[in-house]
Amino acid sequence: MGLAGGEIRMKALVAKIAAAAVVLFARAITAVRAIWPEEGLPSRPCIYFANHSSHGDFVLVWAVLPPRLRHLARPVAGAEYWLKSKVSAFIGRDVFNAVLIEREREKRTQDPIELMTTAIDDGSSLILFPEGTRNQTDARLLPFKSGIFHLVAARPDVELVPVWINNLNRVMPKGEIVPIPLICTVTFGNPLRITPNEGKDAFLERIQAALLALSPKPLGSGE
Amino acid sequence: MNTASSDLLTLVLGIFGVLILASVIGYVLQRRFSANGPNAAVDNLNARIKAWWVMVILIGLAFIAGRIGVLVLFAFCSFAALREFVTLINTRRADHWALASAFFIVLPIQYYLLWAEEYGIFAIFIPVYAFLLMPIISVLRGDTERFLLRIAEVQWALMICVFCASHVPALLTLTIPGYEGRNVLLIAFLVIVVQLSDVLQYVWGKLFGRTKIAPNLSPSKTVEGFVGGVISATLIGASLWWITPFTPFQAGVLAFIITLMGFFGGLVMSAVKRDRGVKDWGNLIEGHGGLIDRLDSVVFSAPIFFHVVRYWWSLS
Repeated sequence: MGLAGGEIRMKALVAKIAAAAVVLFARAITAVRAIWPEEGLPSRPCIYFANHSSHGDFVLVWAVLPPRLRHLARPVAGAEYWLKSKVSAFIGRDVFNAVLIEREREKRTQDPIELMTTAIDDGSSLILFPEGTRNQTDARLLPFKSGIFHLVAARPDVELVPVWINNLNRVMPKGEIVPIPLICTVTFGNPLRITPNEGKDAFLERIQAALLALSPKPLGSGE
Repeated sequence: MNTASSDLLTLVLGIFGVLILASVIGYVLQRRFSANGPNAAVDNLNARIKAWWVMVILIGLAFIAGRIGVLVLFAFCSFAALREFVTLINTRRADHWALASAFFIVLPIQYYLLWAEEYGIFAIFIPVYAFLLMPIISVLRGDTERFLLRIAEVQWALMICVFCASHVPALLTLTIPGYEGRNVLLIAFLVIVVQLSDVLQYVWGKLFGRTKIAPNLSPSKTVEGFVGGVISATLIGASLWWITPFTPFQAGVLAFIITLMGFFGGLVMSAVKRDRGVKDWGNLIEGHGGLIDRLDSVVFSAPIFFHVVRYWWSLS
């Protein structure tokens, strides 16, 4: 028993050190800077929803959150990807305490919405990427999946914070293994809430627009 | 204590004196003008003074650590400057390996060559080897979209942020008869003159500025600020002759060259910022903007200062 307890403590310590190392590395490469909303961030558990273009996305959001909010935040990620190897499972589960959901509908053993509502009920915030997959296109945003609607329909009091992550796709494009140091910004918008009787399409459109409003104009566009 | 460290100590005490005076003035201004709420100009001034304290202490620590400290400090400056520069340029996925090698191969090699005192390769490594190898790495991916623009921008980023910046610590490699063991003071001379010139141009401009000198590039720069700043920085440079191998007159001439190059460096880098549609290079230094905002004048004056001194004074 004592041995097992020691092992668990050891694992938790390694996870803590690994988390600090990942954040330090992310900061050294990206010099990431947060831009906060006028209304400030909600102090109660909430849902941060962000654009998704790189595996490092949730790390940047996690790194810039103030410590007391960071400890509440759990990224929502695809179980298929993060449980592929022992190392990635350790990083996903132990280091970042991710809510791992199964994306393929046919093979699901657990309902993703239920996993997320449970996490919220336990007092956690979620970092969510409603595009569902990394955006490799020239479009700034892919159409949102409906999961986020079903989630807030089940927990309508939870606030949604739009988060635009800028430049990280250039730091490490899909398929590359060496990151290029570039300055990244993470812009948080004012919190939103679902309104009573708001339909799925209207809601998704509204939160997509709120997220897009945070994206900067392209460089050198002369604007 | 040898003469180099006692001169350095005198210099550091003098700089601390100036900074304490600046901090007191900043405090008084803040009490007078923004006691009942923020005043953007005064707050920016105080943020700048605070950042100066940090910068002076960092450079001081590097000097205490010796050659390795100076090299590490400027290698870090090059890294942060290159990061700011590359953030703003046109790159495509095909440039990924070229950019990665700029950061993780070219930059370390350039500073290693300084450490190894391999002047022959140091002086041509980026203009020759990097210049030819970077476009080769990019072209292998077969993406021709804006190709010339992309390779030119990467090369320019390397020249400014790594090649030119590395000429500040390169001053340590010079061998000047009768000046052995004191080369670190040449770095102090260069940095003090060029930064004071920037500050004095700003101060003279604020006090007497009427005529804009380059309205399209930098609306805050004025003829009065330029003339006042260059003359006063040149005089200060001449009065610092005792830390250099130069006579007072020579020190004044070199300070004049440094301030002119610094001024034009600021103009060129402003034009690049305008072109890219940004106001500052980044946010690394509070009140100043990015690192390149503080380093632009040093970067332009360092290679010229280095080569003038090397040509007329150095044996190596």
